Amino acid sequence: MTTWVFCEEQNGAPSASSLELLTKARSWGDVAVFYVGAGSDEAFAALGEYGATTIHQLDAGDALPAAVAAAAMSDLVAADDIALFGMGYTARDVAGRLSARLGCTVLSNATDIDLGGDQVRVSNEILGGTTRVITAATEGPVVVVVRPKVFAAEAGEGAIPPVTTVAVPDVGHAGAGTVLERHVEESEGPDLEAAAIVVGGGRGMGGADDKWEPVAKLAGLLGAAVGATRAVVDAGWVPYSLQIGQTGKTVKPDVYIACGISGAMQHLVGMKDSGLIVAINKDAEAPIFSIADLGVVGDVHKVVPALIEALEAR
Amino acid sequence: MKIAVCVKQIPDPAAPYDLDPDSHFVVRPNDQVLDDTDRYGVEVGLQLVEQVGEEATLTLVSMSPAGSLQGIRQALAMGADRAIVIDDETLRGADALTTAKVLAAALQEDGFDLVIAGTESTDGYAGVMPQQLAELLGVPSMSFARKVDRDGDTLRIERQTEDGYAVVEAPFPAVLTVTSGVVEPRYPNFKGIMQAKKKPIETRSCADLGVVPEVQQVIQSVEPIPARQAGEVVEDEGEGYLKIIEKLEEAKVI
Repeated sequence: MTTWVFCEEQNGAPSASSLELLTKARSWGDVAVFYVGAGSDEAFAALGEYGATTIHQLDAGDALPAAVAAAAMSDLVAADDIALFGMGYTARDVAGRLSARLGCTVLSNATDIDLGGDQVRVSNEILGGTTRVITAATEGPVVVVVRPKVFAAEAGEGAIPPVTTVAVPDVGHAGAGTVLERHVEESEGPDLEAAAIVVGGGRGMGGADDKWEPVAKLAGLLGAAVGATRAVVDAGWVPYSLQIGQTGKTVKPDVYIACGISGAMQHLVGMKDSGLIVAINKDAEAPIFSIADLGVVGDVHKVVPALIEALEAR
Repeated sequence: MKIAVCVKQIPDPAAPYDLDPDSHFVVRPNDQVLDDTDRYGVEVGLQLVEQVGEEATLTLVSMSPAGSLQGIRQALAMGADRAIVIDDETLRGADALTTAKVLAAALQEDGFDLVIAGTESTDGYAGVMPQQLAELLGVPSMSFARKVDRDGDTLRIERQTEDGYAVVEAPFPAVLTVTSGVVEPRYPNFKGIMQAKKKPIETRSCADLGVVPEVQQVIQSVEPIPARQAGEVVEDEGEGYLKIIEKLEEAKVI
C-alpha cells in the first residue's frame, strides 16, 4: 500500500494542508506526493522534511489543472492505495475527478483516519459538529478529503525525495479550462489561518466601512486577524478570502472574538475548536452563546467601541 | 442553449434532523425544501437564459426522494422550465459518486450545454459531486465561481482561490459550480408560484437510466460528541467590555 498526498503549489510553496497530511501519513510508511505546480528545490525539500518519500510533479502551466492532474494521478494510484486531499479549491476538484476516473468512493470532511485492520476508517462530524460518524470504505483505492488543521504539521527529518516529472496527459475537452489572470486580495495583519487571535465579524455589524470598522480596529489593537461569516462576504463588506466556515477557512486560534455573529452551523464548523471563544451579540438566543466561554448580550456597536477604548487606554 | 441546474431537496435546516437508528441515514420528511445553496445556481441559470433569449431553456435535475416535490416546485417557481427527478429506493444513502453517475446519465439522455451546481449541499456537504459529474461527462469543471459571464461559446468566471481569485475561461459544454453570493437569488412571485404547479416534472428510476448503484462505504458508528460547555453569559449594561478584558487577561493575550 502506498499513501498518496495531493499537494497544490501556493505562492511557490507546498499547500499548508499537504504538510498536515504528510505528518499524519508518514507513520504509515511510504508516502508519494502528487505535486501540481512549477516546483522548486525548496518546495521539494520541505515535502521531504515532512515525510514525502517520492514526488511526482505535474506542471499544468496556465491550464485549469484538475482534469489533467486527475488523469495523470489515476495512472499512478493502485487498487490498495489511499489518496489524501486537503479541502483547497484545486484539491477538491482533483479529488472529485480522480474518484470518478477510478470509480472509487470519496470519504469527505475527514477529521481522523484509522488504517487499523484491513479497512480505511474515517471520522467526520455532522450536524454542526455535534455528532461523530465513522465510515469505512469497502473497497480500494480510497480517496479521502481531510478538513484543515485536524492534523498538526510537524517537520521530521526526511531528505529530499526523488522527483519524477509527469507529462501533461491529453484529456480532450475536459481539460479545456484556461487561467487568464490571477489576483491576490491583500488583507492587513496576520494570516487568518495561522493567527493566535481572530476577531470575526457577522451580519450584526450592519454594513461595510464605518460599520465594520470596530472589527478591524479591535483586531489591529490585539494583533489579531480579521475573519467574517458567509453573510458578510456575500454582502461584499470584506473579501471572500476572509470567510470562516464550511465553505471558507477553518481557524483554530487561542482566542476567537465573535462580533455580531449569530453562529450558523456553516460558521461554527470553521471556528468551534478555537481556544477561548468570546461572543458579543444582541440576541440572547443566538447559537454562538452555546459554545462561547464568555457571551455578552448587547449592542456590538456599544460593547466593541468600549472595549477598544479600554484597550487603547492601557 | 440547454442549461441544466442540479438541485437538491433537503429537510428544512431550521428543523432538527433525525437519523434513522438502523441505517443512520437522515430521515427525509415528505415535505422537503430547496437547498438554499441551490438558489444561487438557479438564479445564475435564469440570468443566462435571459441573456441568450428564447432558444435557451432551463431544466432542473435532482436526485432525491420526490415526496411532495415542494423543494422542486420552489425552484420551478423561480422560473425554471421543467424538472427531471430521479427517485429510486435503491439510492437511499447513495454516496457522491453514485449521485454523480445518476445525474450524468440523466443529463446525457436529456442533452446539455451547461450544467450548474452549488459547491456543496447543506445536508451532505461532501463537496466533490460536481467535479465527479464533470469527469463523467468529459467536460471542464469551472468550479467555485463568484462571478459568471458568457461570451458566445465561451464561459468566463472569477474562480475563488485561497488568496483571492483567478479569471478562468472554458468553451461550452461545461460544469459550473457557484458559491453563494455569486448573484442575488430572486424570490418567486405569485405568478411564478402558480405556474410552477403546472410545469412538467418527469421522474426516472435507476433502471430507466441504466445505473446500478454500488455501495462502497458503510457507516460503522454514529455517536454524539461531548458538547463544548457554554460559559458565562452576561447582559451588557455598559460594563460588558470589562468582562471581556478580564477573560483576555486570563488568557494572557493582553
